[in-house]
Amino acid sequence: MTRRRRLLAWFARRPGATAAAMLGPGLAWLLLFFLVPIGLMLVYSTMRRGTYGGFVPGFTLEHYRRFFDPLYLDILRRTVVWSLACTVACLVVGYPVAYVIARAGRWRQLLLFLVVLPFWTSFLVRTFAMIFLLRDSGLVNGILLALGLIDQPLALLYTPLAVTLGLVYGFLPLMILPIYASLEKLDHSLLEAAEVLGARPRARFFQVIFPLSLPGVAAGCLLTFIPALGSFLTSDLLGGAKQVMIGNLIQNQFTVARNWPFGSAAAFVVMGLVLVAVLGYLRRRDVGELVR
Amino acid sequence: MATGRPVVELDAVTKSFGAAKAVDRVSLAIREGEFFSLLGPSGCGKTTTLRLIAGFETPDAGGGEVRIGGVRVNEKRPYDRGVGMVFQSYALFPHLDVRRNVAFGLQQRGTARADMAHRVDRALELVRLDPGTYADRMPAALSGGQRQRVALARALVLEPKILLLDEPLGALDLKLRKEMQLELKALNRSLGITFIYVTHDQEEALTMSDRIAVMDLARVAQLGTPADVYENPRTGFVASFIGESNFLEGRAAGPGDGWVDVAGAGFGFQVRPEQPVAAGQVIRIAVRPEWMDLFPVGAVPPGENALPGAVDEVIYLGETIHVIVALDAGIKVTVALRNEGQLIKPLPWTRGARVAAAWLPEDAQILEDDR
Repeated sequence: MTRRRRLLAWFARRPGATAAAMLGPGLAWLLLFFLVPIGLMLVYSTMRRGTYGGFVPGFTLEHYRRFFDPLYLDILRRTVVWSLACTVACLVVGYPVAYVIARAGRWRQLLLFLVVLPFWTSFLVRTFAMIFLLRDSGLVNGILLALGLIDQPLALLYTPLAVTLGLVYGFLPLMILPIYASLEKLDHSLLEAAEVLGARPRARFFQVIFPLSLPGVAAGCLLTFIPALGSFLTSDLLGGAKQVMIGNLIQNQFTVARNWPFGSAAAFVVMGLVLVAVLGYLRRRDVGELVR
Repeated sequence: MATGRPVVELDAVTKSFGAAKAVDRVSLAIREGEFFSLLGPSGCGKTTTLRLIAGFETPDAGGGEVRIGGVRVNEKRPYDRGVGMVFQSYALFPHLDVRRNVAFGLQQRGTARADMAHRVDRALELVRLDPGTYADRMPAALSGGQRQRVALARALVLEPKILLLDEPLGALDLKLRKEMQLELKALNRSLGITFIYVTHDQEEALTMSDRIAVMDLARVAQLGTPADVYENPRTGFVASFIGESNFLEGRAAGPGDGWVDVAGAGFGFQVRPEQPVAAGQVIRIAVRPEWMDLFPVGAVPPGENALPGAVDEVIYLGETIHVIVALDAGIKVTVALRNEGQLIKPLPWTRGARVAAAWLPEDAQILEDDR
């Protein structure tokens, strides 16, 4: 027997060892590059800020206290509102798309390909491209001017609208894909059963299709809301200096302001928010599992 | 019971999917209150026929007419046809409990809440599910048989005149399936609803049906009572799909309309055709295994066809014993002997024994096709 076969046989007799060998690399990766840095950040967030940046030993909660200053709460509120707006917009725009793709027959593969196509280019490049659309001399204003609908360029760039548009554009596929997945596996005979029982198209959608797609809707909302909450690139490029999101604030603390403890504390507050959203989703999932 | 008035009629209905005809000029008249089965192998068009009646499919342009209660329904949606349907996959709404599943159709019709609860309970009792125990359960918490009962209650609660069933027992185990067969039959009798039942299981169709349409290659191969299609299969397909058959073939030796001698390859037999046959005409017959008997060579009663051979295999099946005989003419036939208790011990026929397989000329079915 070769060594390789002996090794395989050894694993075959030990399912636990096999599982450990398969989980090991991933767990080690997460431990090293996720849990350790997060632990460090938690420690920093309770330390004092050094006079020239960095941090000095000593326990304090002042950074958390500072975060609840109206100035920062306002940024947080704005971030949550924009992220919610982005999520709702993604849902409204994405659900019909997912619905059509799930019923597209032989066009399905092509349409799915088109949905994920933007992922093939850098998020940065795509966001810059939005600038060319939205700026005063951009495509949108150009068309509106040429049509004579306006005579002054609209201020589109560096507005909350621009940021929300950018977020929606960036995260729309993350909404479409899970909803598509839940619609795609919907048993067609359920719709026929509903129809023969007297349900018109509207009733079939609201009483059968939509409730059964809720697990996908919940997953899509989460996948959209969480990255929207933490985004800073979009607001940086499309929102300008005035439209700061919490992500920009945190980024600034680590770079320009050199206040790592406060940046860490702010990051933990955002993580707490995300955790609340995820826990809400998991509760929803329990309901989803009953459905299956 | 069937009153004879046709309630569902198909008039030369054709349905194509692309170039393939799933249903080809099928005509049926299903009577009020009868238990009517569409029986055939997969792909024979039976499910498409049911779906044409339900309204999920529409006949081709110029592809005939579907009538319910004498009215053309080709253009009507399923909910305007007054039919109920039970699906093979049950198709229970997984996000609704049993009560809401059964109430779904009532809700679409705007039934008053108090009336609804009462009717749901009654429908559940009809399918022998205790409302107190099951009404609040989710479909995922039910067994296959219970789900099928809920699906049945969901259709029956609307009191349809016609109930369409698409292989509803296919996923159940044998014992439960037999139990449900009898229950469905009893419901058909007691409610007076016309049942149209799709199945590929010939035993199931024979057990429950008043009449059976045997389908093959998008057409109706034969339509009749269970006894009709079993005793007088018109085609080789029907003879082999329903029950077992031995097939023998030869050419008529001479014209005649009484007894006709048929000469096969190395053997001969007599038939009793109902229609006159011409000399030289190919005659193909089906003989059921239980229509044949075994005798020692030379001891065959006069008047019976007898073909000599040797016992090839004896298969003990309990109530019957199948003896496979390799005829001297080079073909094999199966003879079913009834287990008549003590007499059978020891088995009278052993492998290699010389026997004659015999049958009465009138116990053979002359087939209309050559398949």
